[in-house]
Amino acid sequence: MSSGRAQRRPTNNKTLFDKVWERHLVVEETAEVPAVLYVDLHLIHEVTSPQAFSELRERGLKLRRPDRTLGTLDHSTPTLPADANGELPYYTADTRTQVETLRRNAAEFGVRLLDFGSGARGIVHVIGPELGATQPGMTIVCGDSHTSTHGAFGAIAFGIGTSEVGHVMASQCLLQRKPKRMAIEVEGELGKGVSAKDVILHLIGAIGVEGGTGYAIEYRGSAIRGLDMDGRMTLCNMSIEAGARCGMVAPDDTTFEYLKGRPLAPQGADWERAVADWRTLVTDADAAFDRVVEIAAADIRPSITWGTHPGMGAAIDASVPSDDSAQSNRAREYMGFAPGERLIGHKIDVVFVGSCTNGRISDLRSAAAVLRGRRIADGVRMLVVPGSDAVKRDAEAEGLHDIFRAAGAEWREPGCSMCIAMNGDLVAPGQTAVSTSNRNFEGRQGKGARTVLASPATAAASAVAGCIADARAF
Amino acid sequence: MQPITRITGQTLVLNDENIDTDQIIPARFLTTTTRTGLGKSAFHDWRYDAQGNERADSVLNSDAAKSAGILVAGRNFGCGSSREHAPWALLDLGFRAVISSEIADIFRSNSLKNGLLALVIDPARHAELMARPGIELVIDLQSQTVTGPDGWSASFELDQFAKRCLMLGVDQLGYLVHQEAAIAAYEQRVALGKLLGPTKKICEFVTQS
Ligand code: SF4
Repeated sequence: MSSGRAQRRPTNNKTLFDKVWERHLVVEETAEVPAVLYVDLHLIHEVTSPQAFSELRERGLKLRRPDRTLGTLDHSTPTLPADANGELPYYTADTRTQVETLRRNAAEFGVRLLDFGSGARGIVHVIGPELGATQPGMTIVCGDSHTSTHGAFGAIAFGIGTSEVGHVMASQCLLQRKPKRMAIEVEGELGKGVSAKDVILHLIGAIGVEGGTGYAIEYRGSAIRGLDMDGRMTLCNMSIEAGARCGMVAPDDTTFEYLKGRPLAPQGADWERAVADWRTLVTDADAAFDRVVEIAAADIRPSITWGTHPGMGAAIDASVPSDDSAQSNRAREYMGFAPGERLIGHKIDVVFVGSCTNGRISDLRSAAAVLRGRRIADGVRMLVVPGSDAVKRDAEAEGLHDIFRAAGAEWREPGCSMCIAMNGDLVAPGQTAVSTSNRNFEGRQGKGARTVLASPATAAASAVAGCIADARAF
Repeated sequence: MQPITRITGQTLVLNDENIDTDQIIPARFLTTTTRTGLGKSAFHDWRYDAQGNERADSVLNSDAAKSAGILVAGRNFGCGSSREHAPWALLDLGFRAVISSEIADIFRSNSLKNGLLALVIDPARHAELMARPGIELVIDLQSQTVTGPDGWSASFELDQFAKRCLMLGVDQLGYLVHQEAAIAAYEQRVALGKLLGPTKKICEFVTQS
């Protein structure tokens, strides 16, 4: 984090990040003080907000912009439906208390809370875009590191801690130092069976889990332009797994087409004006990045992880590395992989399709395409958890839930579920899960759980095979 | 917050790199609605076995750990989630500072806001600290130096604003709230409209579309 950086570059050499950043400067940064950056949209959920509301209450402060504060319930909520009495099966009394606390806080402070029964509830990073609340050129924050997802629309979007959640509630602003800018250029055409998840796992492997620290990433190049919005969201979602502050893709016709007609997107003449403005949100031809990483799309194969952080990955048809570093040894031991073992064929116990990384409709379609007419292997448990009420409705309208159930998978209610395992959806100690989520840290899916990160297609193929499998063979 | 000018403490060394926030405080302990009492769950799965007994092989359960006030850890400490529960848990466990050769952005920002000194020193100095667990260090904020036995010392970078807040014991929320005039002027200048109508309206839209 450097200070005293020249604030305004000449107008024809700005990056997308520069342009959006400058639009939100309330007070410019100096060596002594960070910038005061305005926040257009603050997303909140039940886990990282209660202490911030308490802080506001203790200081007698109000929520400054209720019309820019959108809340949902997702992290610790059950994914099984309510019982006959309408009671939700909360995992613990604490998880119920968290949900009830956000309800109370939302009522007291005026937060727009998308509760159970609203038809609009879902994982915080799934609902923002699908409602059209997430828009190009915005600044979007949330007490959740995967807020980087929203960068897919050309927004500056990043995760913040609970103290900062309080800052935004009280002032609608944050104190920020401008990060450096990195371009990741992926040129060419993606190979058969290579999804956005494979691209980002490959990229994290290439730059490392701290390779993005201190940077805002812009994903560029023909392979990125070719991704649909769901794919771009998957990509930006995992920017934080490379340590980056945020990830962005410049808005284009794909973006506008996705947003048009969404409930909270501009309508009518406002829409035309907005699109004209959004078209200016591209990196200028002469803009310079602090770092440029070039990747050939043709080099990217379907990828998964074998270790205990998202950078410990490999192409699916490769083998576990056999190097003798302390980290690799520890990771292999935790994961139950032998040095040099082929990934394909490694036995698995659980498959999870869902999360803010891969819980949108195209992800479910991709898993269903593999499962159609097939059964998951004996002894494998598979959970399919839609990212939101809307995703669930769309999936059911297409009959995807029938495909999942016929295959032997469980079709659940929306939520974070096994991605973070706070709600009782757990992987048992020692079990191996192929998961479409974003973190494979030790214990992330339950104490002693072993997580292999993968795309929805790879996850579904592995469920059928009962072991890690290459979806291209299906 | 208490003003901090200088911290003296013994180090505890965790050799691993990339220690993520799920290790520092596993997600299942995030179901709290307060900031307090998280120390007992810090590094839970490293400190306790499946039966909930203290693991004798964990350095975090050693006598040295009980008296340590400064954590020295491998590169990229605090990566992963934005949970502020991580610095809350470390503070509650008795740590006042964390030193590494690289610290994840959000963790560092969260830590400094809570008076946990998350400090980055150069890799060579860091390697020397990693090799000498249990030594006493003095962290001096004004001079931005860490000093140890036998004339050992290292300097660290610190954002000038964060430094001032730490040394004066003021928090950033107060500073931001005082920017109200500039914030209101900004909203006027960019003609910022309303984004979200009432919740009922949002839900109507959704179910209609
Ligand atoms: S799905 Fe997982 S990563 Fe995404 S918001 Fe929920 S817990 Fe966080």
